[in-house]
Amino acid sequence: MNTFEYLRPATIAEAVAAAAEPGAAYLAAGTNLVDLMKGGISHPTRLVDINRLPGLDRLEHLPDGGVRIGALVRNADLAHDPVFARRFPAIAEALLSGASAQLRNAATVGGNLMQRTRCAYFYDVASACNKRAPGAGCDARGGENRLHAVLGWSESCIATHPSDFCVPLVALDAVVEIEGRAGRREVALESFHQLPGNTPERDSVLGPGELIVAVRLPPAAAKFAAHARYLKVRDRTSYAFAVVSAAAALEVDGGRIAEARLALGGVAARPWRARAAEKVLAGTRPEAATLRRAAEAALAQARPSGENAFKIELARRIVARALALAAAGTPERVPALPASPFASVAGAAVHA
Amino acid sequence: MSIGEPLPRPDGRDKVTGRARYAADQEVAGLLHAALVGAPTPSGTVTAIDGREALATAGVARVLTAADMPRFGPVAPPSAVSKLPMQDGTIRHEGQPVAIVLAETLEAAECGAGLVRLTIEPAPFRPQGGGEVAVPPGIYGPVTFTKGDPDAAFLAAEHQHIAEYRQPSRHHNPMEPSATIAVWEGENLTLYDSVQHGYSVQAIVAAALNIRPERVRVISPHTGGGFGAKGFVWPHEILTAAAARVARRPVKLALSRAQMYANVGFQPNMVHRMALGAGRNGRLTAIKHEVEHVTALSDDFVEMATAASRGTYASPAIFTAQKVERANVNMPTAMRAPWEGPGLWGLESAIDELAHAVGQDPLDFRLANYAETDPATGKPWSSKKLREAYEEGARLFGWRERAGRPKRDGPWTLGFGMATCSMGAFRFPSQAQVRIKADGSVTVETGCHDIGTGTLTIFPQIAADVLGLPPDKVELIMGDTRLPQGGPTYGSSSTMGVGASVLRAAENARELLGRLANLPAGEVVMKDGRIGRRGGLGAGVPIGDALRTAGVGEVVGKGRFTLPGDAPFNADGEGTPHTIRTFGAVFIEVGVDCELGLLRLRRAVGSYSAGRVINPRTARAQMTGGIIWGWGMAAMEASPYEKKLGRWLSKNLAGVAIPVNADIAGDIQIHFVDEFDPHASPLGAKGIGELGATGVAAAVASAVFDATGKRIRELPITPGKLV
Ligand SMILES: Cc1cc2nc3c(=O)[nH]c(=O)nc-3n(C[C@H](O)[C@H](O)[C@H](O)COP(=O)(O)OP(=O)(O)OC[C@H]3O[C@@H](n4cnc5c(N)ncnc54)[C@H](O)[C@@H]3O)c2cc1C
Ligand code: SF4
Repeated sequence: MNTFEYLRPATIAEAVAAAAEPGAAYLAAGTNLVDLMKGGISHPTRLVDINRLPGLDRLEHLPDGGVRIGALVRNADLAHDPVFARRFPAIAEALLSGASAQLRNAATVGGNLMQRTRCAYFYDVASACNKRAPGAGCDARGGENRLHAVLGWSESCIATHPSDFCVPLVALDAVVEIEGRAGRREVALESFHQLPGNTPERDSVLGPGELIVAVRLPPAAAKFAAHARYLKVRDRTSYAFAVVSAAAALEVDGGRIAEARLALGGVAARPWRARAAEKVLAGTRPEAATLRRAAEAALAQARPSGENAFKIELARRIVARALALAAAGTPERVPALPASPFASVAGAAVHA
Repeated sequence: MSIGEPLPRPDGRDKVTGRARYAADQEVAGLLHAALVGAPTPSGTVTAIDGREALATAGVARVLTAADMPRFGPVAPPSAVSKLPMQDGTIRHEGQPVAIVLAETLEAAECGAGLVRLTIEPAPFRPQGGGEVAVPPGIYGPVTFTKGDPDAAFLAAEHQHIAEYRQPSRHHNPMEPSATIAVWEGENLTLYDSVQHGYSVQAIVAAALNIRPERVRVISPHTGGGFGAKGFVWPHEILTAAAARVARRPVKLALSRAQMYANVGFQPNMVHRMALGAGRNGRLTAIKHEVEHVTALSDDFVEMATAASRGTYASPAIFTAQKVERANVNMPTAMRAPWEGPGLWGLESAIDELAHAVGQDPLDFRLANYAETDPATGKPWSSKKLREAYEEGARLFGWRERAGRPKRDGPWTLGFGMATCSMGAFRFPSQAQVRIKADGSVTVETGCHDIGTGTLTIFPQIAADVLGLPPDKVELIMGDTRLPQGGPTYGSSSTMGVGASVLRAAENARELLGRLANLPAGEVVMKDGRIGRRGGLGAGVPIGDALRTAGVGEVVGKGRFTLPGDAPFNADGEGTPHTIRTFGAVFIEVGVDCELGLLRLRRAVGSYSAGRVINPRTARAQMTGGIIWGWGMAAMEASPYEKKLGRWLSKNLAGVAIPVNADIAGDIQIHFVDEFDPHASPLGAKGIGELGATGVAAAVASAVFDATGKRIRELPITPGKLV
């Protein structure tokens, strides 16, 4: 491990100033960053520890019905907040389907948004990787790419964003509150993560020193509470990143879908909002054929980036299933095995 | 009677509370931490190593290269490789150690390792999957076998089945990565090491360093899982000892998880080319099984998976052959359930397909082809109750009634499958001693190992049984080459070999104590801490009194387990009138979500014919663990290999799936047929540590077929193969 400077600022302003220096990185729980440092993938020369910054660990239900989640709220705390979980069940389910209990206890909201791809070549410093070393090339092309992107990828990078949490967030129009030297700005989560294009090294729109202070959900996000699910296919039953995942949230009125929200995970360098599919669904009854049409629309632009064509059909199917389960109604409690299509009955852990 | 009781592990609490101390936990004053610098390419020559920047790092003491190392003496198995690294500039595989940084702290060592500059002249390499195919020399016996006229028999067969079954390379991933601490005192070397057989390390390190084996002591307090990865002696153990000698300070090397991928072995990828022929009646007429797998450039490791096809079913004609593909990879090695583990994936999958083609129930098909004697040699079995195991397993599972069971449960489509389990019997000689002290305490002393399988539980149990003592009065002292030479803790061999030597040592101790108490030999009984005469009056005298009266402080009984011809190793009872194997059947229920490609283990029954069970609790744990191990092989495990770069790709547990708790069905039933095998060992026991892992992958694939109609012939069965 290389030596680095460690700072623990007391205010947001100090943090932003300290992190604006080249080579600086924010340290939240470190569950991703410290791994990257140990593996020689990231070499920050200065760590700016944000864990003691005041006010960032607050979860506020706003008077207008929205909710504001501080960047330091721990993944587990958010998922287990009873009011939050009731109002935004798909988000709680997504959080609880990620990583392990120990990791969720530590991992933060800001860190979850900013976690880096799980492309194995990105982690293997002997490989060529444009995201790690711009211009080096991309060994994942033509390599082991079963789990890589099928949407929004470019010749320079085919990696996916691994977060579960971000998938329902993007479906529900979350907004990222950012503090920088020039003051505060807000960016819709949907445009927060960047598609690779020619600059795969840039995961997000954050500029040097910019700090995520909170993620906000608008009041309208709560209206889907009765019909919201997150589903995730993974290579084993638990404790694995998504092969593909989907968040579906419906507002159902008299048996018809008044409004639909849909997003996919594990398919692109950003949590993938499927607006075309949402349009297909609006005003329809949630019948199998309609759901399938929506799924087709969601993946209309998809193309394999390697040995991963199966993900496209799998994504269509998980979209259809997530929509069907959402239409059937949010389970009373988060299922014992979150994000599993088979644990929709409360407490039914068996064979999940 | 303590044999046969389900005693809990005495070491359980220490392990789960972190009190158990493993090799790397040993406190040694003044040691240097070592970090390996691995070759970044799979082939080529190291022409220069610049350690200046590393040496300039605070805390870095030395940067050792091939030039600093002694010239190692020749080594052969149980050295994992014959060509040791850091002797010249040749690179044979990625990750091969080319330099070692020694530092006062681990952090400094690792930092220094990252700063060592290598100049490498790269050379073309052969990747896994693009190597040179060859017929290897027969290290573990002949690599081809022919009985009858297999080609003619196959061609003439009414029913023919030809198919290829594949499996990927997989790593052992024990919880504790390998670690070694080397301490020299003058010419004497002590190694604290994480191993499955300390005496192998003693012999090989001594040979490599050109010193007498007596000068090397290997201490291995606990081993945090090995699964075969710590069976042979790997170069890093020799390098650590050499580095400590060069640096004149104790040195500790703990491999990182990533380094475990290229510095110890793995189970090689395999293709099984199967051809089975059967008559109209479903009787096998020909079994042909060819296996090809990757091995290192320098040494031929042969995974004798074809053993499965020589020992499982009656057939008048059998042909088996092994080939290797030599590539620039690190050396493969045995992994839990070697040979039959992979072999039965090929054979049992093919048998299942043939049973369907013939139109017979897979269990009936297997019963019809039951091998009453060893199919390869015609010798009688030492004991075999597989028929009972099939029947009792089928009953526990409800196999015969499965047609009446629902095939759906919500989104799940259910499928049922079964397969035969079998392992050969690797036996090794062993010695032990049992010490009875005047205070009534008893120690069993043998240089075996605790790799988590239950040796700390069952060896005291065996001695306690003989000595009529509660097992918690008996303590096992193990993991030290100064102790009587115990057999290795691999190859499912410990209970038979070490256990038998413990039995004999306890009997000998009882006899010695009886002599002190003036009791006629053969009539000594010990019970409840007392010793007396069989059928004699009264309860006898307390052990302590017997010793004190005779004026001695202790007695030490010695025991040995030897093999025919005093051989160092015996496979399957070779050279004896009997063939020794273990047997069983595994029945699996899976749920498949055909739409989403999800596969879940819902239920399993394992029913085994494996000799006498010493402790039903630890035995059940072994079999359950074996089935889970098999589930990992079936459903998820693969070590991704990067062909263009010639290296393992995901060298960590985040990128390689192995089963987690949620993958494990709550309903795994284990059954043992009541059996005593007098030929395998005087205990009547046989090896069980690997048997449970066999057959599972084929049973799973068969259950997947039952559920979906899809035959999966390539492991692992991940979502992409099912959608
Ligand atoms: C074994 C394993 C399995 C996992 N499985 C899953 C999974 O299934 N699903 C899933 O979604 N995730 C999974 N994760 C990822 C996990 O969710 C992330 O590691 C975690 O959310 C990161 O949060 P952190 O607070 O530890 O961030 P850190 O590691 O501290 O930081 C991560 C990055 O975010 C930056 N950062 C942190 N906070 C801020 C901020 N407020 N503003 C700006 N930048 C910031 C840091 O500079 C760094 O670049 C897994 C992780 C591990 C190790
Ligand atoms: S896909 Fe992206 S992250 Fe992966 S190797 Fe290519 S450039 Fe790097």
